[in-house]
Amino acid sequence: MHELAVTKSILKLVLDHAAQNGGGEVLKITLVIGELRNLEEDWIQRYFDYISKGTPAEHAVIKVRKVPVAFLCKDCGRQFTGDLHREEKLLCPQCGGFSYDLVSGRELIVESVEVR
Amino acid sequence: MDEIRQIDIRKNILSDNEDQAEVIRGELAAKKVFLLNVMASPGAGKTSLIVQTIRRLKGRLRLGVIEGDIESTVDSEKIVREGVPAVQIRTGGACHLDAPMVSAALAELELGNLDLVFIENIGNLICPAEFDTGADRKVMILSVPEGDDKILKYPLMFSICEALVINKIDYLEGSDFDLQALRRRAYELNPGMRLFEVSCKTGAGLDEWCAWLLGEVSRKWAGGAAAA
Repeated sequence: MHELAVTKSILKLVLDHAAQNGGGEVLKITLVIGELRNLEEDWIQRYFDYISKGTPAEHAVIKVRKVPVAFLCKDCGRQFTGDLHREEKLLCPQCGGFSYDLVSGRELIVESVEVR
Repeated sequence: MDEIRQIDIRKNILSDNEDQAEVIRGELAAKKVFLLNVMASPGAGKTSLIVQTIRRLKGRLRLGVIEGDIESTVDSEKIVREGVPAVQIRTGGACHLDAPMVSAALAELELGNLDLVFIENIGNLICPAEFDTGADRKVMILSVPEGDDKILKYPLMFSICEALVINKIDYLEGSDFDLQALRRRAYELNPGMRLFEVSCKTGAGLDEWCAWLLGEVSRKWAGGAAAA
């Protein structure tokens, strides 16, 4: 449901940056979204199509680059991915340690746009 | 023909909201008002925890509440009955509170007369996790009847909070709620998060929770509390 608020922010960022860089029609928008974010690509596009009507971005295609959830082991420095939706205990695959920091998976970024 | 140009943006999608949240934190730091964002599912006990905390801290701190609710004013009436000022934000369907909404609500409170303001966020474990409200600390409540697997379904919420209050522990007996499994998972996901086991009904664990909160507020008075 919060896709609408997120999509409004995307549209504003995109229109502002396109206008600052000479304007034109926005063809493609690339987003970087961590897998921890509860955002559905289909819904973002649908909301975007609706709220962008009448703007230079109304036909833009949204591409999402998903970033996996990754951890950095504090004991051995190994970076590894893990599925937080599953019950298995998370352990470092290199040293078996269970002391680590979440280093990616919460991204929510407009990376770039293509303008003509 | 016009050429296709690529423009690099690399900006956080919610940067407008986050900028506004920083403005709130700056203003509240100057006024020494502590802002606590309380998040949970509907029925987990957000209002109950706030009411119980008010009863324990009222003599020591000057309190206020921002009530987020989609339509009703039931919760803010409960707060006002405790003799504490409450501002109601009716979101009219929106599923979370954001920094501009909180900013508008704060403007209706007499901040010069307050030490601690609670935000009772909208009841769900998804959307509120995404939006910074300008709070100093974020706490989520998980109640025993909801089950210990909520952390597997909504890991983002558990990953961003500084405290997790497990409410309704009076329901633990006879339930299959696995407290150990939840604790382990919470530690894996967010090792710095404090856990409190409470019952707003029996009062169990509430003194410990209030002592932690009082400590956090005192640290802000001493000038040491930056948002985590």
